[in-house]
Amino acid sequence: MISIDIKKSFKDIDFNFKVEIIKGSINALFGESGAGKTTFLRLLAGLETPNSGYIKVDNKIWFNKKINLTPQKRDIGFVFQDYALFPNMSIIENLRFAQSLKDEKFIEELLEMIDLKEERNSYPKQLSGGQQQRVALARAVARKPKLLLLDEAFSAVDSKLRSTLQNDIQNIHKRLNLTTIIISHDIAEVYKLASNVIVIEKGVIKKSGSPDILFENSQTSGKFRFSAKIMKIEKADTVYIVTLLIQNNLTKVVSTEEEILTMKVGDDVLVASKAFNPIIIT
Amino acid sequence: MFLETMLLTFKVAFITTLILLIIGVPIALWLSNTKSKIKPIIETIVSMPLVLPPSVIGFYLLIFLGPSSSIGTFVENWFDIRLVLSFEGILIGSILFSFPFMIHPIQSGLQSLPKSLVEASYTLGKTKLQTLFYIQIPNIKNSLLTGIVLTFAHTVGEFGVVLMIGGNIPGETRLASIAIYDEVEALNYDLASQYALTLFAISFVILLFVYTINRKFSGVLR
Repeated sequence: MISIDIKKSFKDIDFNFKVEIIKGSINALFGESGAGKTTFLRLLAGLETPNSGYIKVDNKIWFNKKINLTPQKRDIGFVFQDYALFPNMSIIENLRFAQSLKDEKFIEELLEMIDLKEERNSYPKQLSGGQQQRVALARAVARKPKLLLLDEAFSAVDSKLRSTLQNDIQNIHKRLNLTTIIISHDIAEVYKLASNVIVIEKGVIKKSGSPDILFENSQTSGKFRFSAKIMKIEKADTVYIVTLLIQNNLTKVVSTEEEILTMKVGDDVLVASKAFNPIIIT
Repeated sequence: MFLETMLLTFKVAFITTLILLIIGVPIALWLSNTKSKIKPIIETIVSMPLVLPPSVIGFYLLIFLGPSSSIGTFVENWFDIRLVLSFEGILIGSILFSFPFMIHPIQSGLQSLPKSLVEASYTLGKTKLQTLFYIQIPNIKNSLLTGIVLTFAHTVGEFGVVLMIGGNIPGETRLASIAIYDEVEALNYDLASQYALTLFAISFVILLFVYTINRKFSGVLR
């Protein structure tokens, strides 16, 4: 269990983070840009110092009035937004540098997982952005940390790559059972990866719970639920046809004029259904 | 004579560069990191040799290191080294005078490295020293090389400070740039042009070397 209750004033914003995180869970940090998601991760990593409060990880104090562990002593893996791969080291050297206790077997396993066995001796500059990202992820877990923090790791990639990286994270989680905190702007991603969502608004943690809290007001109890993005709303006779993007597929759903009033193109929504019998085609 | 002077010139330049490299990296590292209020003061002191006439530095060194000064007396009594009109004297003068030429490139190199590289190393459990030697220094090779070469070349070409504090003792403090002046005064144009041409050629080769190497580095790393 990780208990956090910290305050920090920084660039005219008063941050107030109070939350408990279950060991071994994947948590998504959700919120607008500038809300304080990155600051939250940096405080947790020890890269910024809170003004007051405490951080406790498995009954070990990381921060309180008297103690402030350096990032070196916190046993974390941090994936930076700009990957921060060391340009002077090859891929395998980057991974080896991350380990204090050498474990070549695990490095081989990681190279296999991120599909870069052939490129092990290449330098970061020679890789594509997506490959660099996967190396950054592998490096962050190479020494099997307690806590994995991902700062907007997927912000600059296309959807295919995104899904590869999401799978990487799931694989790593399965393998190491790491407590993971990932910043995400994408509701679909939150649903796919996270068992818990932490919602940050203007420097304060507003709520935390199952991903459904993102649609707290909808009160649905559907059997099928997908997160989706509204791509198009068009009128057809007396009803409206809403075109939705679910994962990589477009779907059309009928909606009434009354419902349409609360929607606009670009909204993230939840699609649920319970009133029909699905057929499974194999 | 000619060879002796040239060898002495390069000996001074080499030792100056080595000492400045060793003390320059920690100072540049501190300057690139610190949020201290005295940073501008330190930066000003480091940069002073760029704007001060060399004779001013030479003059103060003469005053503060001379045999009648307390530092001069102390060093002479305890180490039996005289700091003016001596090899040690011109070494100190050169080190002070070339300070900015070593510090500035290293400092700007360190500042231009993404902050996340250092932070990533910290989160991977590496100490500040490990981070310096494995991450920061290997990634500012360009800047280090620039600092080394500028310092070396600048020391070779130094005239005013050396003349003030070292005088013109053959084999002891007479460096190439002073020898040129000396030979011209004695209307010895042949020898003067021998010195001048040698300095010119060596400077050209050194700078050519740096620009070639820097191009190679930037090709690999960035």
